[in-house]
Amino acid sequence: MAKLRQIAFYGKGGIGKSTTSQNTLAALAEDGHKILIVGCDPKADSTRLILHAKAQDTILSLAAAAGSVEDLEIEEVMKVGYRDIKCVESGGPEPGVGCAGRGVITSINFLEENGAYEDIDYVSYDVLGDVVCGGFAMPIRENKAQEIYIVMSGEMMAMYAANNISKGILKYAMSGGVRLGGLVCNERQTDKELELAEALAQKLGTQLIYFVPRDNIVQHAELRRMTVIEYAPESAQANHYRALAKKVHGNAGNGIIPTPITMDELEDMLMAHGIMKPVDEALIGQTAADLALA
Amino acid sequence: MSVTKTHDIAEIKARNRALIQEVLEVYPEKTAKRRAKHLNVQEAGKSDCGVKSNIKSVPGVMTIRGCAYAGSKGVVWGPIKDMIHISHGPVGCGQYSWAARRNYYIGTTGIDTFVTMQFTTDFQEKDIVFGGDKKLAKVMDEIQELFPLNNGITVQSECPIGLIGDDIEAVSKAKSKEYEGKTIVPVRCEGFRGVSQSLGHHIANDAIRDWVFDKIPADAAPRFETTPYDVAIIGDYNIGGDAWSSRILLEEMGLRVIAQWSGDGSLAELEATPKAKLNVLHCYRSMNYISRHMEEKYGIPWCEYNFFGPSKIAESLRKIASYFDDKIKEGAERVIAKYQPLMDAVIAKYRPRLEGKTVMLFVGGLRPRHVIGAYEDLGMEVVGTGYEFGHNDDYQRTAQHYVKDGTLIYDDVTGYEFEKFVEKIQPDLVGSGIKEKYVFQKMGVPFRQMHSWDYSGPYHGYDGFAIFARDMDMAINAPIWKMAKTPWKNVPEQTLLAAE
Repeated sequence: MAKLRQIAFYGKGGIGKSTTSQNTLAALAEDGHKILIVGCDPKADSTRLILHAKAQDTILSLAAAAGSVEDLEIEEVMKVGYRDIKCVESGGPEPGVGCAGRGVITSINFLEENGAYEDIDYVSYDVLGDVVCGGFAMPIRENKAQEIYIVMSGEMMAMYAANNISKGILKYAMSGGVRLGGLVCNERQTDKELELAEALAQKLGTQLIYFVPRDNIVQHAELRRMTVIEYAPESAQANHYRALAKKVHGNAGNGIIPTPITMDELEDMLMAHGIMKPVDEALIGQTAADLALA
Repeated sequence: MSVTKTHDIAEIKARNRALIQEVLEVYPEKTAKRRAKHLNVQEAGKSDCGVKSNIKSVPGVMTIRGCAYAGSKGVVWGPIKDMIHISHGPVGCGQYSWAARRNYYIGTTGIDTFVTMQFTTDFQEKDIVFGGDKKLAKVMDEIQELFPLNNGITVQSECPIGLIGDDIEAVSKAKSKEYEGKTIVPVRCEGFRGVSQSLGHHIANDAIRDWVFDKIPADAAPRFETTPYDVAIIGDYNIGGDAWSSRILLEEMGLRVIAQWSGDGSLAELEATPKAKLNVLHCYRSMNYISRHMEEKYGIPWCEYNFFGPSKIAESLRKIASYFDDKIKEGAERVIAKYQPLMDAVIAKYRPRLEGKTVMLFVGGLRPRHVIGAYEDLGMEVVGTGYEFGHNDDYQRTAQHYVKDGTLIYDDVTGYEFEKFVEKIQPDLVGSGIKEKYVFQKMGVPFRQMHSWDYSGPYHGYDGFAIFARDMDMAINAPIWKMAKTPWKNVPEQTLLAAE
């Protein structure tokens, strides 16, 4: 059996992490790899395209019902979906109460203690957009995900988030073995998107693993709660995801410790590519009314 | 081992300064610099003790301090006997603060009073993840059903409550409404807040202001018949019955005690206090906040007093009486005169046995100064003192009214410093807490617990002084100390076998 590879997909909220990861993993499953997906988002929607079902029984909701996580059996929380991909969702509280971060920690410890990672080639963690506290950094700590793939686009905030996530990786890279596997650009059709994504990858010391073009077929598949790989296996988009999967598979051991840049450097980069116009320093902080007076 | 005993102030000061240097030497440079600010030798005439206080303890040392939860649940709220105080969070904080302060009270436990019982929401992992508000509401329902004679509920927050942002205010309001306006008080006393239990006292005081006082309109008619002689005892926790032996003196001089805060106290007493004519304040540190508030909002003056030892008691009775008419002033003199023979007898019995004995203290926020007079009444001398969680105003009061020139002062003393100081100064008695007790007894130094009175008490008032004197004599003059031998003096003479 090949060595277990633990990967994680991070990125700005709404960027298409779950869609990209599930399609990529579905393609890996096509190639015969045994996959486990660990959803680390309280919304519990990281596995719906694989399972064709929205919210399955999550670890934390079952634990709450049973009394404690010690009362659970691994079989109760692990569901099997498309091409025998195993899926678990951490779950978590409704927005505004409790501590979702602690939930992620509880869930991952439970999975490890109960042997969820046995006889598996790939474990993939799907984490919510912002690493707001220590709990959501759990998958990138020691002995968890070794390769992080950042899903981003040519939008300013997506690149900003990618840079921030790199800072998190840098922090844990020193104490553990986590590395940045690369960037995956999920096309938003912004200006000079490919060019920018490549420039950012270069700044971070990594590579743009793949540029996934925008295609409405992804939407069609999503509406049927399916991956494109399953919904339209012959489509061009499915082949893009297969190509991405091959890249990821071939990327073992190529992860790097990222070199995140400052906000100013990021803005300079956008200006260099003509995305942002240079702003007169004197105008910063001036309201429209102020400017009209001047 | 010990430094030679001397009565020369200059020598004592030089010795104490050298001692401070000696303990600081073992610390890393940065720690030494920080700790140096908390240690000093008292200079006569100074307005404070020249130490920094109410500052975060240095990581790595053994501090004697507690936390904000301890200050609210353990000190201020816990003794309110007819309310149920929920330790909201994991079970440990509740378990370890269970009935620890010996706040005596009258009532039928489990029926109409609950002080020595322990209520907790007993957080499990799922309560952290999904929030503890639902469980809190359920516990309140259970309390209502199981203990229908409770007069109110408080929610004492443990650390995780602040971390997960549990909305205890919303639960309290909703349940209060459901139970026809029942007083339910959410207290944000998470242990990680502040540097010691002191912030917990303040938070608890503010909770009384916001959730007890503000429920009643300031101009509402009193719910009881007032008299011109109504006073409230503030900051007496009735350890071993302290508040009772205090209250009788005030009553004997003609005053009427309408509330005890909070030892043997009740919600009705808290609610009645804004109608008092004078608040008499014993523990300044833990309840000056609410006293100041009542002065500002209700115009009630407050006066600090000290009921340790006959000298301070007489002084305090006269001070309290000065707020009232001649009838009360005469009453104070009558009380002082009445107890004088008892005090004379106590002093005649114990002073000869205790004269000249030295004491080192380390207690919370009041006693490091308040008990000095009682020791002096017995002819004893306090040679070192310090506060766990005192603020600068405590050290001002200490310097201006209590300690002698040359006294060693140690704020938030560390385990190491305290041991070294006692080892070198070799006092005849150390007065501190349970964590310190056995360390010093093993060093052969007599010890009394000055938080819990070593399961004795009361120590307040005239009755309390008799017990105080007996206990100090019992500790210092116990025959056990003569049986403790210096180990190296017992080693048999070595015979030099191979010498021939």
